[in-house]
Amino acid sequence: MIRITIDDIETQVEEGTTILNAARKIGGKIVPPAMCYYSSLPGSGGKCRACLVKVEQASARDPRPMPKLVASCCTPAQDGMVVRNITSPEVIEARKGVVELLLVNHPLDCPICDQAGECDLQNFAYEHGLEKTRSEFPRRTFDPIDIGPHIQLHMTRCILCYRCTLVADQLTNERVHGILWRGEVSEISTYIQKAIDNDFSGNMIDVCPVGALTDKHFRFRNRVWFLNPMDAHRACSKCSGKVVLWLRGKEIYRVTARKDAYGEVHDFICNACRWEHYDLNDWVVEGPRSFQPWSVINANKYNAQTKELPDQLYSKLDNRRWNEFEGVT
Amino acid sequence: MGKRLLLEHAHVESIDRLDVYRRHGGYAAVEKALKSMSPAEVVEEVKKSGLRGRGGAGFPTGLKWSFLDKKSGRPRYLVCNADESEPGTFKDRYLMEKLPHLLLEGIIVSSYALESHCAFIYVRGEFRWIIKILERAIEEACAAGWLGKNILGTGFDLDIIVHPGAGAYICGEETALLESLEGKRGLPRIKPPFPAVVGLYGMPTVVNNVETLAATPWIVLNGGDAYASIGIGKSTGTKLISACGNIRKPGVYEIELGLSLEEFLYSDEWCGGMEGAYGLKAVVPGGSSVPILPASLALKTASGQPRLLSYESLAEGGFESGSMLGSGGFIVYDEAQCIVRNTFNFARFYHHESCGQCSPCREGTGWLERILHKLEEGHGTLADIDLLWDVQKKIEGNTICPLGDAAAWPVASAIRHFRHEFEEHVHHPERCLFRRRQAAVPVNALAEPV
Repeated sequence: MIRITIDDIETQVEEGTTILNAARKIGGKIVPPAMCYYSSLPGSGGKCRACLVKVEQASARDPRPMPKLVASCCTPAQDGMVVRNITSPEVIEARKGVVELLLVNHPLDCPICDQAGECDLQNFAYEHGLEKTRSEFPRRTFDPIDIGPHIQLHMTRCILCYRCTLVADQLTNERVHGILWRGEVSEISTYIQKAIDNDFSGNMIDVCPVGALTDKHFRFRNRVWFLNPMDAHRACSKCSGKVVLWLRGKEIYRVTARKDAYGEVHDFICNACRWEHYDLNDWVVEGPRSFQPWSVINANKYNAQTKELPDQLYSKLDNRRWNEFEGVT
Repeated sequence: MGKRLLLEHAHVESIDRLDVYRRHGGYAAVEKALKSMSPAEVVEEVKKSGLRGRGGAGFPTGLKWSFLDKKSGRPRYLVCNADESEPGTFKDRYLMEKLPHLLLEGIIVSSYALESHCAFIYVRGEFRWIIKILERAIEEACAAGWLGKNILGTGFDLDIIVHPGAGAYICGEETALLESLEGKRGLPRIKPPFPAVVGLYGMPTVVNNVETLAATPWIVLNGGDAYASIGIGKSTGTKLISACGNIRKPGVYEIELGLSLEEFLYSDEWCGGMEGAYGLKAVVPGGSSVPILPASLALKTASGQPRLLSYESLAEGGFESGSMLGSGGFIVYDEAQCIVRNTFNFARFYHHESCGQCSPCREGTGWLERILHKLEEGHGTLADIDLLWDVQKKIEGNTICPLGDAAAWPVASAIRHFRHEFEEHVHHPERCLFRRRQAAVPVNALAEPV
């Protein structure tokens, strides 16, 4: 075990743990945001630069600071390391820069985007972004490409986190899509005339942090905050069968995998669970799914589910860290 | 005439052929190293020499070699970075074209020191003819027993493989180069782990620049101390400088580190002074990515000392009033050159060459280019100059590899030292020196009204 101090909070972690995961162990506001890192997809991270932190002391042995800000998702913690995240103005400034640069080419049309309400970039920009855009140049756009029967690709919204390629590499038999070209015009596309069609392709939608990959069966049918997310499971021979049903009344609008407090899926689900069981009788419903209190998905739901007024609920949650909110309902 | 360690025989007829090269003392270093020195002794000599990486970063070569993981017993690779693509830099191209056997000799000596049995030369894709030159040289060396199995009967085996790149600037970054060499997309890797531990095909690897490797035979023959006695302070030995721009004699020159910039620029032995009637306006001393220096700071440092061509002297004053030796791409601008146009040109290059892996560089380089284009075209505002400064600050230091910094530094230094010229483009775009030259309007001084 090694000691690491993040924003003056000390913790002990296993050797080889990244700074980001050490911060997640502490929890709360000091956890750096992550747009491309995905703990259940080895090899992810390092690309979006949202999780930059300042290392004030590299280790107990070498107390010098690191010269540049480092990506916390892929920098291993060292014994005696001292890290600053939200207590460093330099980090906050850099993060503002990353948001602004990510939004230079990302369309600002959340009201018509299907991801709105569960979009990592939206949350990230809400917390760190400027109130207006300073770029006056036309945004990059792409022609739509058909990549398969279930998934709609809208490349214009992509932030090139590479998560979907890792899903294809690590969960499916073969990857038929990847990144074409380079630089600003890089785009996700499939191999010539190939369609993404395999049993686990739906997970690409769940890992996409933005609205670039959306569910063809669900898109534009409803807003996520009008739906009631319910934990449910079924016996499945291909996957864990643990899902979230998104209900309106008794109608299942969509089925997704369960995301943790950091928006990451650990039990990936198969396409059969995702798209072939829209009958509530196929599922054993466990109860309502709770989300971070600030999530728009909670809107108007606590009342009904907890039989408490939101005000009372929030007073109960005072002085508790965000990661403890899990299971409140 | 300064000392010439690399280019001493560059003008000899057919020096690219093995027999001619051998007659001029070639491959003596291989004989000496393999027959009378242990690998550790070669590393020790290179450490003593103080040789620093000639590709741009200036990292001590001996130290880099000592990081190589030799204990695990995994195969080790030496990779020669010949993907020279920095605008303004053309020294490796000259070296490989004239003296391919010097490079091979350097690779053999270095591979022996690193106990590597397979070396790669990653050549920039555009250098088609150099690939042929190198391959012929390797064939000759193989036939003469300088390469292959059991070299000189010492039991040391070495193969050298020439691998052409596909013309991406980013593949000059060492980890992107390794990815490309493995047949993948040329995207820089996230460090750590460093190539010395996990490099080519996951094996310990050393990546060195052409000029660095070419300097090793001389060190082996004459000793590290002799090499360290050349140059100044921690900048030891000689450096190839590729000089271009508005000078009388552009070309590749070998200089002893510590030569004054003024002498290099104005002496007939080197650049031969400014070409044409205009005086010196600015110098980019180390390839397009290093900060530009206005004439006053190029000839003298901020503290009034003469500016020398050495790692330390060029960096004196930090980015406020200094620059970097970089790869030795020495670009000279006279007073008729438009700095905004030049900065736009560099920004366009970095935008085109950004690999697109990490967001600040992918999105930021394009933004820089567009703002600069707007300013250069005369549609800019004063706020655009501040925005430009802000955007470059948000790229610098926040990217995976140094390409982001390389894109930000020229923009930052141009604004720092030539802000008046950016403002001139806002207030009087018709006075842009570039456009006046295009329109064949005589250019005297910036202040003169059209």
